[in-house]
Amino acid sequence: MSGILDFFEQHIEIIYLLTFTIFLGFEVISKIPTVLHTPLMSASNAISGVVLIGAILVIRVTDPTDYFALIMATLGIILGTINLVGGFAVTGRMLEMFNKKKRKTR
Amino acid sequence: MNIVLLNGVLFLASILLIIGLRKLSHPDSARNGNTLGAIALALGVLVALVYPLETQNNNYIFIVLGILAGSVIGLLAAKRVPMTAMPEMVSLFNGFGGLSAALISLVWLVNNNSEGSGSDLGIVLLNLFLGLVAFIGSMVAYGKLSGFLKDHHLKIPFSTVVNIVLLVIAIGLLFFLSYNGFLSTPQLALFSVLALVYGIVFVAPIGGADMPVVISTLNSLTGITAAVSGIITDNKLMLLGGVLVGSSGIILTLLMCEAMNRTFVNVIFGSFSSSKGTG
Repeated sequence: MSGILDFFEQHIEIIYLLTFTIFLGFEVISKIPTVLHTPLMSASNAISGVVLIGAILVIRVTDPTDYFALIMATLGIILGTINLVGGFAVTGRMLEMFNKKKRKTR
Repeated sequence: MNIVLLNGVLFLASILLIIGLRKLSHPDSARNGNTLGAIALALGVLVALVYPLETQNNNYIFIVLGILAGSVIGLLAAKRVPMTAMPEMVSLFNGFGGLSAALISLVWLVNNNSEGSGSDLGIVLLNLFLGLVAFIGSMVAYGKLSGFLKDHHLKIPFSTVVNIVLLVIAIGLLFFLSYNGFLSTPQLALFSVLALVYGIVFVAPIGGADMPVVISTLNSLTGITAAVSGIITDNKLMLLGGVLVGSSGIILTLLMCEAMNRTFVNVIFGSFSSSKGTG
C-alpha cells in the first residue's frame, strides 16, 4: 500500500499530465465526421509508433556485450519503425484517395 | 548537446502532435494533420538519438540498421497493400507497435537484472502485459480479417467468464511479482504466456462486422502501452502521444459502436448473442 502512495508522490507531475492529456484526447476527437473514422484510426495507430523512441532510449543504455538485449532492442526498433513509417504512409494513401474522390464529385 | 534545447524541441514536437491530431479530425485539413504528426514524431526520434543519458553505450550501428530495415519494410508494405486490405494492414502495424513496447520492457528487465523498486517493476510488467495483449490481439484480428483464421477455429467456451478470470489472475500476479522487487526468468515467462493467452481470449470471440471496433480498441491499447513505455524511459513525448492515442482511441471506438447502433459492452461481451444471430 505504501508502495502505491510513494508512487503517487514521486510521479505527481506525470499524473497531472496524464489526466489533462486524457481529456485533451477526448476533446480533439469528439466531433469527427464518420468518413474520417478509418483514416483517424490509422493515423493514431501511426502515432503509437512513438514506442520507437523508447526502443532507441533503452538500446542506448544497453551493454554492448549483452547480445540478447541488443537483438531484442534492435527487433523493437525495427517493429516500432514499421509501425511509425508504415502507419503514416498508409494514412497518407487513404487521405489521398479521399481528396481525389472529393475533387471528382466537385 | 544542450539539454534545454533538446527539451525545447521535444516540447515543440508535442504541440505539433496535438495540432496534427486536431487537423486530422477535419476533412479539409486531414492531410496536413498527417504530415504534422509525422514531423512531430521525426523530431522526437532525432532528440532521442542525441539526448544525454546516464550510461551511454549508444550502439548507434544497431539503431541505424534497425530504423533503415523498419522504414524499408514499412514503406513497401504501405505501398503494396490494396485499398481493400487497409484494416488488416493497420491491425498488423498496430501489433508490431505492441510487440515493440513489450520488447522495451524485456530489455529494461535485462539491463536492470530484473531488479527495481516495487513500483518500477510493476510498471514494467504492466507495459509487458499490455504490449503482448495488443500484439497477439492484433495478430488474431489480422488473421481473421485476412481470412486464414476462421471464427470456428477460435471457439472458446464461456469466453466471457474465462476472459474475466484470466484478467483477475494477471492483475494478481502483477502485484505479487512486483512486490518482491525481483523477477526470475520462469516468473517472467509465466507472466508473458498469461498475457498472450489473455490477448487471444480477448479477441477470439469477436468477429464479423465488429472487427473495426476491435481494431480501434487494440489501437487504443497500444497507445496506452506507448504511454507506459514513456513513463519507463522518462520521455514526455511518448507519454503525451500514447495517452492521446489511448483516449482518442476510446472515443473513436465508442463513436464506431454508435454508428453501428451497438454499445461497447455489447460488442466486447455480447459474443453469445451475435454468434447465435449469425448461426
